[in-house]
Formats: sequence, C-alpha cells, structure tokens
Amino acid sequence: MYLRPRSLDEALDALATTGAQILAGGTDVFPALGDRPQTRPFLDITALPELRGIGLEPDHVRIGATTTWTEIARADLPSGFDALRAAAREVGSLQIQNRGTIAGNLCNASPAADGVPPLLALEAEVELTSRTGRRRLPLREFISGYRRTERREDEIVTAVFVPRAMTDARSAFLKLGARRYLVISIVMVAAMLRTDEAGRIDAARVAVGSCSAVAQRLPALEAALVGRPAAPGIGSAVTAAHLAPLSPIDDVRATGAYRADAAQTLVARALEACVHERAKEAA
Amino acid sequence: MLDRVATTESRAGVALTVNGRTVEVPASPAARLSKVLRDDLGLTGTKVGCDAGDCGACSVLVDGEAVCSCLVAAGQVEGRQITTVEGLPAGHPVAARLQEAFLRHGAAQCGICTPGMLVAAVALLSRNERPSETEVLDAIGGVLCRCTGYRKIIAAILDVANEAQPEVLPEGGGAIGARIRRLDGLKKVRGADIFGADEAPADALVLKAVRSPYHRAAFTFGDIDAFLARHPGIVRVITAKDVPGENCYGVIPPFADQPVFAEKETRFRGEAVAAIVGEAAAMAALDLSDFPVSWQELPANTTIDAALADGAPLVHANRPGNILVGGRVVRGDVDAALATADVVVEGEFETGFVEHAYIEPEAGFARRVGDRIEVQACTQAPYMDRDDVARVLGIAPEAVRIIPTAVGGGFGSKLDLSVQPFIAIAAWLLDRPVRMTYTRPESIMTTTKRHPARIRARAGATRDGRLVGFDFFGDFNTGAYSSWGPTVANRVPVHASGPYYVPHYRALTRAVHTHLVPAGAFRGFGVPQASIAQEQLYDELADRIGMDRLEFRLRNALRADQPTVTGQVLGEGVGIRACFEALVPHWQRARAEAAAFNAGSQGHLRRGVGVAGMWYGCGNTSLPNPSTIRVGLKRDGRIALHQGAVDIGQGSNTVITQICADALGAPIARFDLVSADTDLTPDAGKTSASRQTFVTGKAAELAGRELRAAILRLANAGEGATVTFADGAVVVRDGGHERTIALADLPTDEHGYVLTGEATFDPPTSPLDADGQGIPYAVYGFGAHMAEVVVDTELGTVKVLKITAAHDVGRAINPTLVEGQIEGGAAQGLGLALMEEFFPGKGENLHDYLIPSAGDMPPVESILVEDASPVGPFGAKGIGEQALIPTAPAILNAIHDATGVRIRRVPATPDRVRAALLAATSARG
Repeated sequence: MYLRPRSLDEALDALATTGAQILAGGTDVFPALGDRPQTRPFLDITALPELRGIGLEPDHVRIGATTTWTEIARADLPSGFDALRAAAREVGSLQIQNRGTIAGNLCNASPAADGVPPLLALEAEVELTSRTGRRRLPLREFISGYRRTERREDEIVTAVFVPRAMTDARSAFLKLGARRYLVISIVMVAAMLRTDEAGRIDAARVAVGSCSAVAQRLPALEAALVGRPAAPGIGSAVTAAHLAPLSPIDDVRATGAYRADAAQTLVARALEACVHERAKEAA
Repeated sequence: MLDRVATTESRAGVALTVNGRTVEVPASPAARLSKVLRDDLGLTGTKVGCDAGDCGACSVLVDGEAVCSCLVAAGQVEGRQITTVEGLPAGHPVAARLQEAFLRHGAAQCGICTPGMLVAAVALLSRNERPSETEVLDAIGGVLCRCTGYRKIIAAILDVANEAQPEVLPEGGGAIGARIRRLDGLKKVRGADIFGADEAPADALVLKAVRSPYHRAAFTFGDIDAFLARHPGIVRVITAKDVPGENCYGVIPPFADQPVFAEKETRFRGEAVAAIVGEAAAMAALDLSDFPVSWQELPANTTIDAALADGAPLVHANRPGNILVGGRVVRGDVDAALATADVVVEGEFETGFVEHAYIEPEAGFARRVGDRIEVQACTQAPYMDRDDVARVLGIAPEAVRIIPTAVGGGFGSKLDLSVQPFIAIAAWLLDRPVRMTYTRPESIMTTTKRHPARIRARAGATRDGRLVGFDFFGDFNTGAYSSWGPTVANRVPVHASGPYYVPHYRALTRAVHTHLVPAGAFRGFGVPQASIAQEQLYDELADRIGMDRLEFRLRNALRADQPTVTGQVLGEGVGIRACFEALVPHWQRARAEAAAFNAGSQGHLRRGVGVAGMWYGCGNTSLPNPSTIRVGLKRDGRIALHQGAVDIGQGSNTVITQICADALGAPIARFDLVSADTDLTPDAGKTSASRQTFVTGKAAELAGRELRAAILRLANAGEGATVTFADGAVVVRDGGHERTIALADLPTDEHGYVLTGEATFDPPTSPLDADGQGIPYAVYGFGAHMAEVVVDTELGTVKVLKITAAHDVGRAINPTLVEGQIEGGAAQGLGLALMEEFFPGKGENLHDYLIPSAGDMPPVESILVEDASPVGPFGAKGIGEQALIPTAPAILNAIHDATGVRIRRVPATPDRVRAALLAATSARG
C-alpha cells in the first residue's frame, strides 16, 4: 500500500486514519526495512510543495521538512548556516544527500545524525502539524532519547525554523570517521561564534554528536567562551570538564574514552575554524 | 474525510519514464525502484549490493541527479526522468566517451560497481566536463569498489575529455606485454554482463534460508505443515532430513564438515537450519520471523582463548582441543641462533575477521534437467562446486553442470559453496527452477572471512645486519567449519620468514575452531597476517642495529642460490632484491620529504615512510592443482578458446587469451572465448592462490603450441614455418613454400574442430616432510611496498599519501591488468591496516563494516619487475595475492616512522592509534 497525497491536509487525514509510515527520502526507511515485507502503508510526503524549500524571513529561516541535503548544501544562506551546509555535504554520499531530507534526519533521531549538532547550535525549532493543529518544539526537546522523538503518530514534521539571532555568526562543522565518504561519525562537532565590534565573543554555541544518546550542547564551554577575543588559540579554552554533558560509549567504531578525547580536540578545532573564517574575512 | 483519503492514489501499478520511454509497470509503487527496474523492466545493469544505500551499486539518475535506486519507492519518481546504465549513452553525450575511457584505463575489473560508477560520474560530467580530482572523488565517493583501488576509475573520469583512438589489437605474436583492453570489458561498461542475480527462468521459485540467530544453539521445528497451510504460494520447507545425498560439504574433501542444514545444533550465527521455497510473490510477502522454529542458545566459544580453554565445548566431537590442524616448518636451530644473536626483538600481534565485501552478494539459480542438475551462480571454483553439489545430491559429478556467471568480486570467499547446495537441492526435489540471492547481511554473516590471527614471534640478527633466526607461532581462528583452515595453517609457516634468507627458522601454526563464522580463503591465505608481524619485527631489528630499514631488507633479500625456509633453491626468477632496489630512489625522496615536513611542523601532523617485502608461492601448497586448456580451430578460420579459469575481475579471460594467442601465433581478434562451464570447458582449477596466470596460463601456452604443431603437421611444415589465420583457411609458409589449407572441407574432431590443441599443466612440487622441508611451489611472486602516511597525532587518524609498489611478476602479460591487481590489492591492504574488522553479530552491513572509499585511496605507483620464472608461461608469475600482502605492514611501519608507536593490533583505527600515542607519551613522561 502506498499513499501519495498532493496536499498537506490530505496527508494529515491519511496519516490519522491509516497509521501509515511516513516516507520521504527513504534513506532510513528502506535500510531499516531490509528484506522484510512492508506491512504498514507508506505515506509518501514528497509530493507536498509546502514541505519543500528554504525561506529567509526577517526573524527566522524556514526550511521545509522534505528539503534535501543537496538543496541545503547548495543554498545561499548566511554564515551561521555554514556548519549546517558543511554537515549536509557529509551526510552519507551525494546519492544520499540527493534524497535524504532534513526532517527525516531529525525524526530518525540517530545519535550520529549529521544534521543535529548544527541545528542544535542554531537553536532550531521543529514544526509538527496534525489535523488538530500545529506546534513547535525546540529541537533539543523534540529528540527525546536514543532514536526517540516527541512526534505523535498523527503528526508530520512540516518544517524546521531557525531564529535569526545568530545566523550571521561564524560557524563550522567537523566530522570524524574512520574513512572518507559514506561514514557514520565517531565524533562530530558544530560550533558558532558571534563577536562584538571589539572582536570579542559575545555569544557561543557548541554541540557535539555521536558522544551521547542525543547530541548535546556544551553550556559551560559556551559560557566560558563569552568575552574572550575571537582569535587563533581560542581552542585552548576547551577543557575536559566542558565535555561533562557527554556520555560516550564503546561501539564498533571507537571506544568511549577515545570519543571523549577526540571530542575535545574536535571542539577546539571547530572553534579555531570559526575564528579562522573570521580572520580570513578581516584580511 | 475518508473520501479525501481515497484521493491519495493507493493503487497498483506505476508509470515510469525510464531511459526516455514511459512504461506502465504492474509493480507496487511502494517497491524499491531498484527492484522494479531489475525484476519488472529487466534492466539488470542496475546492481543491488546492499539494499541500504551503503554501496551505491544501484545508482541511477533521476532528473540528472544520482540516487540509490534501492532507497526510492517507484511511486516517488513517476513523471521524473530515470536513466539507468543502459540508457546513459543515448541520454548523455559524455557517457559513450566515459565508457571508452573506462575500457582504456582498465577502470572496470569485475564490473559490478561499474554501472554505479558510470552513473555517478555522468551526473558530474553532465554539469562539469572538466572536473578536478576532488570533484571526481566527491561524485564517486558514494560508490564502493572492491577490485580496482579506485585510481584507474578516477583516471578514466579525468581523461574523459580526451578523444581516444580506436583500439588496434596486436597481430599474432604481439599479445604478450600488450596493454589490450579486457576482452569482456564492453559488456561490463554497458551493464550487460550477467552476474549471479541477473538471470533466472521466469517461473523460478525463490528460496530463503532460516538461519541461527545465536553463535551456538539447539533448535526444534514447530508445525511446518501449519506454516505451509498459512502461507499459500510457499511450496516447500526443506531441512536436513530432505538432503538427498550427504548433508556435508567442504572445499578440502578430507576435512569436509559443513552441513547444508544444521542437524541438531548450529555452530555459528547465521548457519542455516531450513530453506523456504515458494513463488516469488509469496516469498516477497513472507516475514521469515513467522517460521516455526524455537532456539535454545548454548554456551559458545567466541574467542581463540575460549576454544583452547580446558573443558571448552568441542565444536566438532572428532577434533580434540578444538584444533583443526597444525602447520610446521623448521630449519636449523632457531633457539640456539636467537640465543647467540647480537640483537633479538619479539612481539605479539593480533588481527581480526576481515570481510571480503565484494559488491555482489552471492546469487544464482538451479534447474533440474532430467537426471542432471544445472547450477548457474557466481563462483570461483566450478569443478569444486560440481563435486560438492554432486555429493549433497547423491549423484555423479558428471550429472552436475556448473555455469559460472560473471563474478562481482570473489577474493577467496566464492571458492566455498554459498547458494549452490540450497538451490540445487530445492530444484532437484521440486523439479522446478529455484533461485536465491543473499542479502548483504546474510552474505556478511555467513560467508567465509579472513582468519583472525594471534601471533607471537621473535627475530634475531647480527650487529652487521644479517638475519640469523626467526621464530613464529600463530593461532588462527578458523571458525565453525574447516573451509580453508588447513591451507592457512600450512601456507603460513612456509611464508612467515618473508622473502629473506633466514638460516634458522621455526614456524608453527594452529587452526582453532570457534563457534563463529567460518574463516576461509581471503587473498593471501593467512600470509598477510603473518607479514604484519614479521615485517614490523624486521623494522625493529633494523632500528636496533641502527641500519636503514630498506638497507636491512636489501642485505637479507633471498638470492636465487640461497635456500628458502623449506630448503628449496629456486635457481632463477627471484626478483625480491630488484624490487627493493627499485624502491631505493623513492625511499630516499620520501624519507627526505617526510623529514622536511616534520622539521617544519609544530603541530599535530607527522609524516612517515614505511617499507615491507613479500613473497608468495603460486598455486597449491605441495598438492596437485592441474589446469587444462582446450583450443580449437574452427572451419570458419576462427579459434575457440575453452578457457575455464573463472574471471572474477582479475582478467583471466584476457590474459589466458593473450598467452594462447602468442603461443599459437594467432591474432587476439581471431579468438572466440568459451568461458567457464563444466560442460564446455575442461577443468582449469579454482581461481585462487594466484595460480590462473601461472598454471592455467601455462596450460594455455602448451595448448596453443600443440595446436600450432598440429597445423604444421597438417601442412607438412617444419617448426620454423609461419602460420597466418584467414577466414576459412590457414596459410603456412615454410621457407619458400606456401600452403593454404582450406578449413571448410576438413573433417572435425569430437570437439567439433578441425584441429584441437589440449594441454594440462600441473606445477612441479614435492611433498613437505615432517619439518616442512621440500618444494611447496614451483614459482614464487615477490614484491615490496613503500607507504607514505601522515598521522594526526591528536586524533590518531592516518592518511596514506602514496603507495609505491614494486612487484616481480616474471613477465607482465598485460601491464594494465597487473597494475589493476596491484592497486586493488593495495586498497584491500589499506583496509586491513586501517579500518576493516568484522565482529560476528555486530555490524552485518556495509556502513558498520568499512572498506576504503574513493577518498581513502592514495595514488599508487606500480613498478613492474620482470625476473622471468623458468616455469611460468613466457616467464609469468602470479600477482593477485602478492599485491595485498606488503601494504598493511608498510603502512604500519610508516605509522611507526611518523610517530614512534607500534600498532600490533590491526586495524589501526583512530582510537587504537591515539591510545598507543597516549601510552607512549605517559611512558616517556
């Protein structure tokens, strides 16, 4: 069974009445299916125009739920999105980026979802729509645990909203894996730094993925960065204590101890990269 | 509300626009596009390697963008322009040039990834005809290749703008050494080659296996009749009691121990207990978890230590201590030699399971033809398959016909049976064709792996840099069944010295059974693992003596007049010294560059250079392994070459033809290939042990010479005569005489040819005595690799910058194909060194099990040394396995050179390298 609604209302009705499985890019749905038969109907939401595309508004940027990673990577966006666009280019492969969607990445709620750290740093909000209405949740609340979200069965994620407060900040994304391309990260880091006229950091956001059930911001580090000059060497501000929110585990990719160690290095490098970008621009 | 739902198009059938044509397909719109393209539209050029977006083999263009068609529901792309490999040339002007460039560069080996590579590259080239290398890497990074090492693919894509001249094939006598394009290449770049899953009769039933979820388990079946009644369209359930012959097979008959279906308990996770056979639609709708079987997990040996512990459960009751076999080679008095050596180093080394990760999962179909069975499947060993299928069916080997398909990568694992016994038994019992295609998890879970090894070794040298002794002990985890465990246990002691003169030597091995996936043959049969230990220890010796590491190897390189560790004196064709010498200028350049980089670097990046040597015997170890080649002159003047050496991508179809052509003195263009088929081609043995160019090639040379002699006899001409092949005739010129023999009127022999040359070659070896002394191989290949790496010391990541590979191949029959083997072997060696390890029960997929992607492979500079073998055809030696062996130790030695840390447990993943760096820092601190 396969449902391909042409409008959001139609899709929401179908979802509420059939218990269908939502299908968009298919890059998580089909691998999870393996060679078992599909028992629930698919509700294909890729024919809904209102779910696609990126809109820049004065107070926010709206990214439609089924916007693909390729579209994000190619989009003309302010520098605060550099981390997200870099992450887009690291999702799987070009083939995956051409199909995989931003909302799918969030709904799959993998600890290693490439899109999550940059969107956490952007303090993105997730818009959920059902027949009974719309609501928005901060991303950090939307993903409530290991592969778990707050999406109700009758809801479709329709968009991701990014407030404009930090979108002109410098941002960087680093992904560490055991190979180039098609790799699940061992650690990844998104960092954003905003500076005042004097070149001092007046806002910082850092998020780390693959080191806890859900990617985490590092608030103590963010606080410690504020007031420092945004200059090379900023990475040395990072201490092991700043990584306290992380709880890395051992798996086939790496040991937990290594993850903690590498996360500290990667966070420092991501901060340096933000500063480097800024320095390059000044020059 | 409900009628609004009804407008959401839930219907059967889907309209697709594929390769410019819109067709209505009676498939579910929910079906994977890959499946619809292959099963409903017959477009089997789109390959399925993983069904999970991890390999990119199924890439197609949707509106010009590459996507994995296994991740797209057919209904999602209605109205979009879908282009498959079959439609590339018509839709994209650059595609034909790209296919041409792939052929020219040897960018397709087995060809299973080729359609996906072409699609991914066309997506790039259609936007950007002159891309940078980085853009090429980004474009093909999502398509995995296990054969080529990517570099020839990258070169082909970068070279696409250059218009090529059409290939001119060499005339008679000019084939050896020519870089001719692979003779089966065109169908590979067109996506037209038929692999295991690409063909089956339309009415074929589908078979799936029910497999153990535990390492070791007892099991009982529930009500199978009720299961059948519940599932219309399921035709039969087959279990151990239904096996018509012996429920036992194995690649080495005296050790055969593997049941088709487990009888009382399963011995590894993934072992089959039953097969379900049914109509395709019913099988597609079947959830295997519905099958009535209950499992009782039993205590399992999951490590070598557990298997060797007192009181460990026996994997096989007749193998005490869980020891399958031991291997032994002893020469001189190693204990005395090491006791008096100036310098002795020692170490323990460990390697894990390594998965072959060919992009083609095992597949095929079988059908019963009267009292015979035909099995068409991917395989490396048709005659061995024939004998084992006969055994499980309880029929004569001659009643079995094995038709190998194109093989989408083998590397050793497709020597063992996979789908064959299941489909053969089902087709035999049901008298209907039956097909089976392994899923990727099934392939990884159940097929053989490289043996995990645990090695202890000591090496000693004099102060002036002479090796005096090497003492080696290795346990190899052979898993639940024998497979090639005895071969590994016996091959390793012969090779563990490396290609050096070692007067005092002891190498002992054991193959140890565990309740894990069987370990079998994988490119090198255990020698790569041994080499990781030996080459690192020799580096340490050089360091302790204070001698340059390459100089140490040069000083100890085996000479043709020195005995090997089995006491064999090769006499000629020992090119190891030449290989090391060829590396000297590269070594000096690379060492200087690394030193300059490190001197100028304050940061976390350190560069290093490592070298390692290799030798490897071609063919079976002290056992017969004959090949037979038949070549026939047809009445139309064309030449039929019955070439039974299965081409798994390495190029035997091409190389064997080149050899036969020059032996016969006929142009390549005159040849018609009859490829492996046990009804049509004599036994050319298995594609394994780097034996096809050497052994089958020698048979092809002899057969070609025999046919030439027959032609000369017919013409009454002497040995010095020239033979020219024409349509319907051969022309023989002898001195001033010229005789034209019209072929059309001549009688034909039992094979249907006017004249036939048929020859068998079995390499001359002798049995090894109790100390492993004797002549295990007639020919060895030699080689040495140099790896340049940069290590990120803060993260423990290692990037290989370049591999320089010198190989003594005796004679390079086709240098392009030789380079292809070297680059592909180096890629697998890089994977072994840095990223590949399979943990049974975890990560049975290609995103947890990592093989190198295009972005991981550095340039490979191949240096071909030709120190001719007196035995091989035109002097040729094997190269398939040789190419992989020195890469990993060269990389590990380079890591040490860069950082001062020794990685004795591979793969050298970032966490292991970083841990070693931290440990070294705290030890110093």
